[in-house]
Amino acid sequence: MKILLVDDEFELVSTLAERLSLRGIDADWATSGESALAKLQDTTYDLAVLDIKMPKISGLKLRKKIQKIQPEMRYIFMTGHGSAEDFYSASSEEGPDSYLVKPVNIDDLIAKITAILAP
Amino acid sequence: MQANWEIIGREGFKFYGKMSASISHEIKNILAIINENAGLLSDFTMMAERGVPIEPERLNIIAAKIGEQVKRADLIVRNMNQFAHSVDEQVKTVPLDDLIAVVIKLSLRFAANRGVHLEHQPADSPVSITTSPFLLKNLAWLCLDQAMDAVGEKKIVSIVAKDEQNGVMIKFKHSGTIQEKSTPLFPGEQENALVTLLRAEMEINNEAGELTLHLPASLDK
Repeated sequence: MKILLVDDEFELVSTLAERLSLRGIDADWATSGESALAKLQDTTYDLAVLDIKMPKISGLKLRKKIQKIQPEMRYIFMTGHGSAEDFYSASSEEGPDSYLVKPVNIDDLIAKITAILAP
Repeated sequence: MQANWEIIGREGFKFYGKMSASISHEIKNILAIINENAGLLSDFTMMAERGVPIEPERLNIIAAKIGEQVKRADLIVRNMNQFAHSVDEQVKTVPLDDLIAVVIKLSLRFAANRGVHLEHQPADSPVSITTSPFLLKNLAWLCLDQAMDAVGEKKIVSIVAKDEQNGVMIKFKHSGTIQEKSTPLFPGEQENALVTLLRAEMEINNEAGELTLHLPASLDK
């Protein structure tokens, strides 16, 4: 499986990717919607972990753009909201495949990735 | 006047809530970074227990990253603390540039989300104002929010404060155009209520790409 992590906090996304790699998960990362879209031009990912609040292209907008390029890709959203209820009321969007509230627990993240990508 | 206070009571809570939510988001991001770095230390410890050699320099880098995030959080909490104390006294004498600096720091996330850069141009000599710090921060934020929406191609909003003949002024240079029939209307009832209570005047100059607040040097007089 190949994962793309997108968050405008470089220290967060790069460290999270390193920790996933240490656990045998092939994780790539980007710090903006634009650089994420650029990576999608030559790499196919199974799942994207997207931060909701990012400058210029929010996580929700980025998902819509990605869906046009790689429609099969699945999603987990990361949010700085206090709870899932806050996130859904703020986004007024249909739920993604899953979500995590920051700070994320890596075991929870891996469990969600595995569950979503299970055959 | 009572109607103005009702509007400000309602909208003041919204302003306070918006700023608190933004700060809590940023603190959550910092906690997330510290969490991942602490997790990475834990990962390395487990690897070392299994006999994988760990470079001490990697540990130093992680410790430094955690330290940087603690400093970042400290600045944010200090700013939040200053903001929270602005409701302590209804009228107080404050350095105008300090007040603007707090509003700018509170607005950085909102600016980043719009790709706008905020520039604070401090006055040549210190300018003080005797006013309601909370209400003025609220009005300055509303003006800054509008200026960020109106911003020109350079995506820069400069904020300047200085003395003027009958008081002080805060100028928001956005190089764009504020739409007269914007939605929501600007200035709307919230801005007008604050302008009245602060005995201010708002000047919109679209030709110059400026929004200016003229304020009395003292609300006590």
